[in-house]
Amino acid sequence: MILLIAKRELRSLFTSPLAWVILAVVQIILAWSFFSSLDIFFSIQKELSTLQNAPGVTDLVVSPLFEVASIVLLMVIPLLTMRLISEEKRNKTISLLYSAPVSISEIIIGKYLGLLFFLVMLLLMIMLMPLSLLMGTELDMAKVFSGALGLFLTLAAFSSAGLYLSSLTDNPMIAAVSTFGLLLLLWMLNVNSGSATDNSNVLAYLSLHSHFTTLLRGIVNTRDIAYFLLFIAGFITLAIRQLETQRLQS
Amino acid sequence: MSSLISVTNLTRRYGDVCAVNNISFELAAGDILGFLGPNGAGKSSTMQILSGNLAPTLGEISINGIDLSAQPKTAKASLGYLPENPPLYKEMTVTEYLTFCARLHKVKKQQLVAVCDLAIERCGLGDVGKRLIQNLSKGYQQRVGIAQAILHSPPVIILDEPTVGLDPIQILEIRTLIKTLGENHGIILCTHILPEVQAVCNRVQIMNAGELVYRADTVEGFSRQSSKYEITLSSNVTLDTLNSHAVFSFVEKITSNQFIVDSDMSADKLIEYIVSQQWGLSTFAQHQTSLEQIFIDLTLADTKVEDKAEASVA
Repeated sequence: MILLIAKRELRSLFTSPLAWVILAVVQIILAWSFFSSLDIFFSIQKELSTLQNAPGVTDLVVSPLFEVASIVLLMVIPLLTMRLISEEKRNKTISLLYSAPVSISEIIIGKYLGLLFFLVMLLLMIMLMPLSLLMGTELDMAKVFSGALGLFLTLAAFSSAGLYLSSLTDNPMIAAVSTFGLLLLLWMLNVNSGSATDNSNVLAYLSLHSHFTTLLRGIVNTRDIAYFLLFIAGFITLAIRQLETQRLQS
Repeated sequence: MSSLISVTNLTRRYGDVCAVNNISFELAAGDILGFLGPNGAGKSSTMQILSGNLAPTLGEISINGIDLSAQPKTAKASLGYLPENPPLYKEMTVTEYLTFCARLHKVKKQQLVAVCDLAIERCGLGDVGKRLIQNLSKGYQQRVGIAQAILHSPPVIILDEPTVGLDPIQILEIRTLIKTLGENHGIILCTHILPEVQAVCNRVQIMNAGELVYRADTVEGFSRQSSKYEITLSSNVTLDTLNSHAVFSFVEKITSNQFIVDSDMSADKLIEYIVSQQWGLSTFAQHQTSLEQIFIDLTLADTKVEDKAEASVA
């Protein structure tokens, strides 16, 4: 049942132009950023070769690419999640799911998985760029995959927050704007963590960005993975509870 | 035999507004239950509760013997529901959509094609199977909605205004379909259209302001015979003339020369009397209270009382 709902979600993404446009736009922006960091790398390559313990192509090209990708997708994911529940509520198609022998958890998880499949596709397309470097050089593959894992978990976390906010309203625009706001706030929480007071450390821990950068540096830490998984599980549970409450109240 | 749907003391409140107030009814196989009521009477809320779209504030519902709130998934498996707005994914084709619905209702893979084809044939969707739902006319979309509700041949089918937007021929086809389905399913038909209820249903319930105000479990109950007669006289006879004759215990004017009268005399004696008065009697018929009349009496009664109450306050 979950997979059936996920499959339908994915289909409806690809039957609208939205998915294609997003894939294309993200790919163009990231390709541009990839080439410019590659260009910088070539221009400073000579100086780097004189340094001991110099950062390699993985640090100077692949990690910045993932960093840029996370910021671009921070803006794109609200557009993908906004319609997940709110559009079904607005078009009243949700009553088809409600009256079918399917539980609310299955509906929510199914929809979430459908979106995750799309994000995996997007991620694979982004991965093609760093992997193309393998033709000419060696990469620190462990670091590349740790970064990719970080990006995937970040996207999954973004989507779970978007899914929850989409279940709160039947207006997709409101869902999109509030998702964007929430994600940006969570992303920036660690901005002032430079000043090492206790408060800012808590904020830095809550920030999505600080956990992403750890993975980007190649450190796969259960602490960060647990943070992402809890974040996702939390928002999915909230979304399920939200729909159950609406059945009682609205 | 146990009933397909049994509703006990169902109540639903939206804040302070009580949309459904303590109603109870049952539905057996072979029943086509007409659910009538003016706008805002709580019909659609009741249907939404029965289909699991809304949770009841109080009360119990069991579908096919299974409690809806305790085992929602098992209970909903015996249910087909067409809401007021057909729940269509407009970016899918008709066949894709119906296949999705069939799988959602756990139709086995081997039967998938056969089940969809049957529903398509029954609802006359043969020509549009490969078209996108968003490009179909309102009538066709409505039929896709009906197809979705009957697809998995559930024991209980709930149709909320199924014939909205259909042309007269389609309406007849759908009514025939509902009658056929009614032979071995239990159907609840929610509608504003009174003739539809008379044409299709074998039971009727009228809801007003959240309460069940009328119930008839036989077709005969749809109309009330009365001892009154409708007569048409020549135009120079007035209400006062009739009132001055003691034979009539009740006189009411319908139009300028049509009256409803009641009398202790038998029909033939009454006719003889009227003829002897030379009032130019042209029709004489037994007065019937139709379903429409019952509906108007029951649903307007309350508002009239309220009007008076408001007037006295003013």
